[in-house]
Amino acid sequence: MTDVTVRPVVDGRLGTSALRPDGLAKTQGTFAFSGDLSADGMLWGATLRSPHPFARIRSIDLSGAWQIAGVAAVVTADDVPGKPTYGLISADQPVFARDVVRYAGEPVAAVAGDHPETCRRALAAIRVDYEVLTPLVDPELAIAGAEPIHPDGNILRHQRIVRGDQDLVGEVVVEGTYEIGMQDQAFLGLEAALAIPDPGGAGVELFVATQWLHEDLGQIAACLDLPADRVRLTLGGVGGAFGAREDISLQVHTCLLALRTGRPVRIAYSREESFYGHVHRHPARIWMRHHATRDGRLQRVEARFVLDGGAYASTSSAVLVNAITHAQGPYVCDSATVEGFATRTNNLPCGAMRGFGVVQACFAHEGQMDRLAEACGLDPVEIRLRNAMRTGDRLITGQVIADVAPVAECIRATAALPLPDEPVGGRDGDPLRLPGGAGLTADVGHIRRGIGWGVSIKNLMYSEGFDDFSTARCRLADGSVTLKFATAEVGQGFVTLAPQIARTVLGVERAVCEPIDTTIGSAGSTSASRQTWMSGGAVLGACRAVAEQVVAHAAQSWGVSTAEVELVDGVLTSPDGRQATVGELSAGRVFEATFEHHHPPTEDLDEDGQGNCHTAFAFVAHRAVVDVDVELGLVKVVQIATAQDVGRALNPLSVRGQIEGGIAQGVGLAVMEEIVQTDGRVRNASFTDYLLPTMLDMPEVVAELIEIPEPRSPLGAKGVGEPPCISSTPAVLAAIRDATGKDLRRVPVRPFDIAL
Amino acid sequence: MSEQYTLRVNGADRPVQDAWVGESLLYVLRERLGLLAAKGACEQGECGSCSVLVDGEVVCSCLVLAASAVGQEITTVEGLAEPGAPTDVQQAYVDAGAVQCGFCTPGLIMATHALLERTAAPSELEIREALSGNVCRCTGYGRIIEAVQQVAARRGEAGR
Amino acid sequence: MSVVVADSLEQALDALAAAPHATVLAGGTDVMVELNLGHRRTDAVVAVARVPELCSWTYDARRATVRLGAAVRYAEIHADPLAAWLPALAQAGRTVGSPQIRAAATVGGNLATSSPAGDGITVLAALDATVHLVSSAGRRDVPVGQFTVGPKRNVLAPGELIEAITVPVARGWQGFSKVGVRNAMVIATANACLAVDEPAGSVALALGSVGPVILRCPEAEAIAAAQCDVAARRASPATVAAFAEAAMAAARPIDDHRSTAAYRRHAVRVMAGRLLRRAMPHE
Repeated sequence: MTDVTVRPVVDGRLGTSALRPDGLAKTQGTFAFSGDLSADGMLWGATLRSPHPFARIRSIDLSGAWQIAGVAAVVTADDVPGKPTYGLISADQPVFARDVVRYAGEPVAAVAGDHPETCRRALAAIRVDYEVLTPLVDPELAIAGAEPIHPDGNILRHQRIVRGDQDLVGEVVVEGTYEIGMQDQAFLGLEAALAIPDPGGAGVELFVATQWLHEDLGQIAACLDLPADRVRLTLGGVGGAFGAREDISLQVHTCLLALRTGRPVRIAYSREESFYGHVHRHPARIWMRHHATRDGRLQRVEARFVLDGGAYASTSSAVLVNAITHAQGPYVCDSATVEGFATRTNNLPCGAMRGFGVVQACFAHEGQMDRLAEACGLDPVEIRLRNAMRTGDRLITGQVIADVAPVAECIRATAALPLPDEPVGGRDGDPLRLPGGAGLTADVGHIRRGIGWGVSIKNLMYSEGFDDFSTARCRLADGSVTLKFATAEVGQGFVTLAPQIARTVLGVERAVCEPIDTTIGSAGSTSASRQTWMSGGAVLGACRAVAEQVVAHAAQSWGVSTAEVELVDGVLTSPDGRQATVGELSAGRVFEATFEHHHPPTEDLDEDGQGNCHTAFAFVAHRAVVDVDVELGLVKVVQIATAQDVGRALNPLSVRGQIEGGIAQGVGLAVMEEIVQTDGRVRNASFTDYLLPTMLDMPEVVAELIEIPEPRSPLGAKGVGEPPCISSTPAVLAAIRDATGKDLRRVPVRPFDIAL
Repeated sequence: MSEQYTLRVNGADRPVQDAWVGESLLYVLRERLGLLAAKGACEQGECGSCSVLVDGEVVCSCLVLAASAVGQEITTVEGLAEPGAPTDVQQAYVDAGAVQCGFCTPGLIMATHALLERTAAPSELEIREALSGNVCRCTGYGRIIEAVQQVAARRGEAGR
Repeated sequence: MSVVVADSLEQALDALAAAPHATVLAGGTDVMVELNLGHRRTDAVVAVARVPELCSWTYDARRATVRLGAAVRYAEIHADPLAAWLPALAQAGRTVGSPQIRAAATVGGNLATSSPAGDGITVLAALDATVHLVSSAGRRDVPVGQFTVGPKRNVLAPGELIEAITVPVARGWQGFSKVGVRNAMVIATANACLAVDEPAGSVALALGSVGPVILRCPEAEAIAAAQCDVAARRASPATVAAFAEAAMAAARPIDDHRSTAAYRRHAVRVMAGRLLRRAMPHE
C-alpha cells in the first residue's frame, strides 16, 4: 500500500470513443463468424422448402434421399421429438410443416450429408405430393373473414385505441392512406449454425448467430424435448442482425440433425434461402385522418393500421402495438381513434426489424404532418415545433412521457445544420453526383432539388408487461476485470461498451469480455434499442457491487468503516489519507458479483388501448435533401441532417456508426428496398434484385447529438439503434414530394411512382 | 468426378485435392484451404464480401472458377499481414469506426488496398465509385470513407 | 467434369472440338452465378480468359475500327485509349456491375450471355459491330444484330466461340444511357445508345431491356436522318419529340419484378429525347 496519490490514467472509459476489441480481428479475417465454424467429422445440413405459398401435403417420400451416398439423416415433422411448433410470442410455427404449408419457403424436411452437394441432391430426391391451394395474400380478405389458413385464425391481433373526444372535428382535417413495402434486414452474414451432440444424444451444444441466446435455448429445448440444462448455446460471430435473428430459423433443424446422426452438423443458408428463412419488416397499409386547429395544433388522430404478418405470428402482435401506440408521433394529441390489425396470410412471415412497427407509423404520421402544414399554411418545421411533445405530455394510450423529451431541441438543432454546400450536380460536373449516376440519364437541367422533414418518437425496451431483464457478472482479480454476459454482440458494439463501464467504475485498465453463452442468466434480446440501457445497467450493477466489495475489503484492512472509504478513478482513500489502487487491493484476490437489471414494470393495454405499456422513449429529427430527375423518377439522396436524443453518448464513435448505419437502412426503404411478392411468391430473393444502398447511393450525413442525460437510464444513455432508420424514410419521401410536387404516399418510391 | 490442381495463394503453392471442379474460388479458399477471411454473402458478385486479388486485380472470388485460377497469383486478406500486425488500412478501419459486424470488412480491406495502390489520393467520389461493389449493411459507409481518407492522408505525409 | 484453362486460341478450339457442349468460361461473372446457384450443370469447362489472342485489341486507323478480342475486360474498355475511340461503349462499361465485376467481365462474355439487359450489347448494336466467330472448322462473321436471337439465345454453334468484335470508332457524337433504381451495380430497367455518323449524316439508336433482344429503332433513325442537321448538330424540339416518340414505339417491354412495361416505354422516350438533344445541342 502506498501513501502517494496514484491516479492511473485509464483510456477507454465512458464518454470516450474506445475502439472495438474485435476490430482488428475483423479486418484481418480471423474473427470467427458462425459461418466460419467447423468441427471434426462434421456433416452438412440442408433444408427442403415448400415451393407453394399454400398447399396440403398429401405425402412425403424420403426414399430417394436415403439412396444417395453420403446422406446421414433425413428428418421431417414426424422426427421432432418435442413440441412440434415454436414462436416468440405464440408457438404457432411448425418446426417442419406436417399437413399443410402456409408460405413459399416453409421448411418441410431437412437432410444431413457429407458435402453440400450431397445435401442438394438429397433434397432434390425427396418427393412431396402437394395439393396446391389458393393462397390468401390480401390482408383485407383476412380481416373480412376469409377461411382460416391456420387453427389460430387469420387475425394475429386486433387492438384499438380510444381516447378523448370521439366526436371532435378539427377546423383543419387532412387524411391519407400510406403504404410501406416489405423490407428485408439483409444482414450480410448469412444464417449459419454448428450443432455438436453430447455423447448418447443426452444434450446438444449449438454455436449460432442470434440476437437472444436464452430465448433460442428455451424454444430449442421444448422442440427437442430436452431439459433446458441439456441445451447449451454459444454465440457464433454475428454478421449483423437488425431483427432478423430474433426468431428461430435453423436452430432446431441443426440440433435435430446432430442428435439424429451423433455427429456435428452445420447448416449455412444461401442468400436466397435467407430471404425465406427469416422474418421481415411488416408491409403495411395505414389510413390516417388528422384534426387540428386552424393554427396547426393537433387535436385528434384517427387511424386504421393493417400490418401483414404473413404465415406465422412471430412478434406481429407486439409490432402492431408499437405501430398503433406511436400513431400520434412525437406530438401532443389529446384524442385518438385508432384501430389496428395484424393479419395472417400466405405471404412471407414478418416480425422484428429495426424500428419495429414505428417505421410504419412514422411514415404515415409524418406524411400527415406535412399535409397538415400545407393545409394550415405553415412551414414543415413550424408545424412540428408547434406540436412537439415534452416531458410530462401524454401518449394516446394515456401514458405520461416521463423521459427527457427534447423534440423541439432535435428539430431546431437539425434545422441549424448546414445544407449541402454543393449545387445540383456538384462543382466538378461528375455525372456520379446526379440521379442515375454513371447511367448518364440526366443533365443538371433535368434535376429538381427538394427538402423534407421527418421527426419521430421510439419506445425503448420491451413493452406490455414483459420483464426483459439482463444479467451480467463482473470478476475482478489481480487488477483485471472479466465481464460475463449473454448479450448478443451483433455488430452494435456492446463488447466495446461493457469494458468502458468497468474501467469507469473500477478505474482499472484491463477489462475483457468472456465468451457470450448461456452459462449465465439471460440478457434479453439485442433489439428494441435496449442493450446499452439494460445490459449496460447489468454490467454497471455488477461492477458497482464489486467496487463495494473492494471498498469493504479496504475498509476492513484499514480498520475504518466502508462509508469512510472513497473510491475515485481506481484509487481508494481512507479518511486519514491512506490510499491503494484497485489493482493493488485485488492482487491475489478475486471479487465477483452478478447483477440483474430490470426496468420498471409496464402494463398491458386495456381494450381501449389505454395503459402504461412502454418503458422509455427516444426522439430524433431528420432533414433530407434530394435531387430528383422528375421525368425519369430517379432519385439521389444528397444529404441527411439529423439531431438525435441520445441521453448521453457513452461512445461517440459508436453512436455515430449507429446513426449513419440506421439512416442507410431508412434511405434504402425510401428509395429501393422491397421484397416483391406476387401471389405469395417472392420475385426477388437475391442481391441482384433486392437492392441495398451502395456507397454511391448513401448521402452525406450531418449529425448532432442532443446529450441530456436520462435520469431513468442506468448510464444516462438512451438506445440509439432504431431512431435513425425511423424518420429518415419519411424525410426522404417528403423531400421527393417537395422536389416533384407529387403526392407520394408509398415506400419504397419507385421510378414509375414519380414519373408516370 | 474430382480433380487435383494447385493454386498459388499468398505466395505459397496450395494443392487442392478431391475437389468438385465446379467449385468457386471462394469455396475452395474457405472450405478446402481453410482461408476464412473472404466471406460469402450473395454468391453472385453483388456484395463484394468475397473480394480477393487475382493477378493484382480485385475480383469477387465467388465468380472465379477455382480450377481456372491455376497459375495466377491469388492474394487474400490473410496474405496482407500477420495477425496482430495490421496494415495501415486495417488499423485505420478500426480507428475510424469503420467496423461494426465486420462481415463486409475483409472484402473492403482488399478493395481499399487496391484502390490506394492505383490512386494514392482519391477524391471522395473516387472512393465511393471504387468501393461501390462492396455492400455494407451496418455502417452507412461514412466511417469507411473516413478510414480510406485517413490512410491516404497518412501515406501522403509519409511520402513527403 | 473437366476444366481446360486454355493459353492459346488453338488450345481452346481443340478443347471445344473435343467437347463441343462444354461451357465456355470467360470472366465468369455470368456463368459462375449460374453454377453457384445450381441453375447450370456442366461437365466440361473451357476457360478462355487468359488466351492472349482474345485478350488483346487492335486499332485500325485506315478502316477506323477497333477489333476487340472477346476476352477484353470492361475495366480496360472504360479507360483510355479505348474509351477515346469507343466513348459509348466506355460509358456502358462503367455501368456494368461493380468495379470487381468490370475487372473480370469481358465484352465477348457480355455478348455470349445474350441478355436483353446486356449493357455493352446495346452499344454494339447501335454501332453495327461485327462479331467474329471461330471454331476448329473455321471462322465466320455475324453482324451483331443477327447474333442474338432471343433472351439468352444466340447463333453460337456447339464448338464455336466469339473470337473478337470489330467496332467502328466514333464518327460523331455518341452516348449511352441506362435507367436503374440504384446508382451503382444495377441491372438496366432500360438502356439506350445513340450514335451519330457525321460523314453519313445518320443517327443510330439501340435499346436494351425493352424487348427479347436489343432493338434498333429504324423509324426514329429515319426521323433523325431526315430532320436533323447533323453537321451543325441541330434538331428542332419537334424533331426531338418525334424521335423520342418513335423510339418509344419501337420498344416492346414487359412487366416484371424490376419495373413495368409502361415505365420502360416512358423511360425509352425520355432517354432517346435526351440523347438526341445531347447529340444535337442546337435547336
